[in-house]
Amino acid sequence: MKKLMLGNEAVARGLYEAGVKVVSSYPGTPSTEITEFAAKYEEIYCEWAPNEKVATEVAFGASLRGARSACAMKHVGLNVAADPLFTLSYTGVNGGMVIFVADDPAMHSSQNEQDSRHYAIAAKVPMLEPADSAEAKQFVKEAFEISEKFDTPVIVRMCTRIAHSQAAVELEDRVEKELPAYEKNPQKYIMAPANAIRRHPFVEERTKMIAKMSETSPLNRVEYGGTEKGIICSGTCYQYVKEVFGDTVSVLKLGIVNPLPTDIIRDFAAKVDKLYVVEELDGIIESHLNSIGVPCVGKEMFSPIGEYNQTTIREAFGLPQPENVTLDEPVPVRPPVMCAGCPHRGLFYTLAKHKITCLGDIGCYTLGSAAPLFALDSTLCMGASVSGLHGFNKAGGADSEKKTVCVIGDSTFMHSGMTGLVNVAYNGSNSTVIILDNSITGMTGHQQNPTTGYNIKGEPALAVNLEALCRSIGIDRVRVVDPYNLKECEDAILEELEADAPSVIISRRPCMLLKYVKAKPPVTVNKDKCVGCRQCMKLGCPAISIKDKKAVVDFTQCVGCDVCTQLCKLGAIEKGDR
Amino acid sequence: METKNVMIVGVGGQGSLLASKLLGALLVAEGYDVKVSEVHGMSQRGGSVVTYVRFGDSVYSPVIAKGEADYIISFEKIEAARYVENLRLDGKIIVNTQMIDPMPVITGAAQYPENVLGELKAKGVFVDEIDALSLAQQAGNAKSVNIVLMGRLAKYFHIEKEKWIEMIKKTVKPQFVDVNLKAFELGYNY
Repeated sequence: MKKLMLGNEAVARGLYEAGVKVVSSYPGTPSTEITEFAAKYEEIYCEWAPNEKVATEVAFGASLRGARSACAMKHVGLNVAADPLFTLSYTGVNGGMVIFVADDPAMHSSQNEQDSRHYAIAAKVPMLEPADSAEAKQFVKEAFEISEKFDTPVIVRMCTRIAHSQAAVELEDRVEKELPAYEKNPQKYIMAPANAIRRHPFVEERTKMIAKMSETSPLNRVEYGGTEKGIICSGTCYQYVKEVFGDTVSVLKLGIVNPLPTDIIRDFAAKVDKLYVVEELDGIIESHLNSIGVPCVGKEMFSPIGEYNQTTIREAFGLPQPENVTLDEPVPVRPPVMCAGCPHRGLFYTLAKHKITCLGDIGCYTLGSAAPLFALDSTLCMGASVSGLHGFNKAGGADSEKKTVCVIGDSTFMHSGMTGLVNVAYNGSNSTVIILDNSITGMTGHQQNPTTGYNIKGEPALAVNLEALCRSIGIDRVRVVDPYNLKECEDAILEELEADAPSVIISRRPCMLLKYVKAKPPVTVNKDKCVGCRQCMKLGCPAISIKDKKAVVDFTQCVGCDVCTQLCKLGAIEKGDR
Repeated sequence: METKNVMIVGVGGQGSLLASKLLGALLVAEGYDVKVSEVHGMSQRGGSVVTYVRFGDSVYSPVIAKGEADYIISFEKIEAARYVENLRLDGKIIVNTQMIDPMPVITGAAQYPENVLGELKAKGVFVDEIDALSLAQQAGNAKSVNIVLMGRLAKYFHIEKEKWIEMIKKTVKPQFVDVNLKAFELGYNY
């Protein structure tokens, strides 16, 4: 039976069919749905871990115990998981273990555009790269075979256009793997120097053996189409090349992108007049060709920035583009915004009103940096707001402590914000940390986390008590505010900035997109009272606009959060009938 | 056959993913090779969103590039214009005339170009305007804008109306079938 599946759903199906028993992940676009779909299979134990390092170590533990295991993360998540990854390369696996990493060329939803292939090279582990949903499922199963045959973790690299594209997939049955009896093997799994010294030569030898295997693997294939042009590519670039050239050029499609084969590349190069490499982001295949002395054209024709498509390929090869219509003037951009009724808005309004410096973090609240709030001063990586604020205050002294805060979401705080808070307490900065607790992992599409009280399947689970956690770390001043109440927010922020002790303000209100949060009737504007002063516009609420010098509320968007009614001094915005 | 291309564009949160799910399922049932490409994450938060639906004998690229779209289905007025460079010269735009101000317009940094569809028509672009929001409300739920627009696409599309109706029944939750069938008819007969 064929089914249309997202690349990520196909990966999950592959995990099911491969007999995987344990999957642990932290959500991150574009990788999130792998674990969400895997959780739908009763046969697989799935969980959201607090971060990617934990997830990878959980998968390691499951592998050590003899089960097939996996974890999934976005490209920057692999930075967090890099520590276990590099040494996992030395220990190898017991049950097969596969790490899924999803790159985001063009940064649809990311803070950088790093190329994960560097990790496979640096950690000396094999990496596979599928080019559509059907391959995604097939490559998962191949990855587990390689993992167990060569005693290595395997990385499968996805990218936005594979992860979030649906294509037909042929479903097969699950092959159950018997859990073997556990056998202790300290020389292999205790990576103290004496053992690690013996494992490193194994890793080098293993890389050679996998490279040899890849010379004959069906995962790398040649599609001949004449001798004029030969193109080496992998993943989504293969699709763009085929879209433009069809069968009129020869293509070497690489499914194993680390270690790269040498013989097939030399053989392919010898059969074509001119050799090209088409790869998004960094010129990694091209560098390999340079190192083995095979001349090719790569990044001199193609940018290391952004994602490609058929237009990019046509342009690079000087081919005609299809005719089209263009606008004389571009229409106004439509950047993402905090939703109408977003609980973060009231808090950001207060920070902006008092011109408070605010170090930000990763999540929906990054949108507070945009017009008209301009409420953020920095966004670096998961958790960096809290530790960054501490450094900022240590450098700026008491003056800085009185007018600087940081904001971090509940999920991000659990991910890596709390270690920063430990540092605030231990090394004593008078910092004001605001946890934006919307009771869910928001930006990635509503995943549960250790503070929400539910697990990945939506079953009740232990909920970490944020107030108690912060107090036990050593922060005595912990208070909770409702961000829909502007006065309460303002009082709390100003008081805690003044206080001579570190403090945590928990701004608590569930994301209004959550199913259990019921919208109230939309507010209405009393046109007789409204003078068009634009005070309400300072909120940057997408449901409010000015038409003919009066405020207008879009009833399809307004959820009746009533924050704007608190702002209007003339009482022109009235609560909806309720 | 040559690969055909449908772009579904709009504002994050308007429900375009259900439209692409319906269209994708219908095309698979018709026996085509199909690829549907979506963007999740940040842009879903009120940003400009685009979904690509491609079908034919064998579809390679998951995305639709400049000058390739046979249809652009737009959930919002200026979003139709934003992606017009992806339209083939003989392609068709079906557009919901609903206007949602983007943030630069809300903050006063830009003007909403209200006559942008007129400009497109002046350039010879086929534009079918439809007040899908009013029709969706008439059907009983403002959220059924997506199915109103699919109803309108069905009017031009090569697949029989009955097959669309069958697929709507299979795709939407049982409690919403009646509203959505009404919405489909209102779009189809507009």
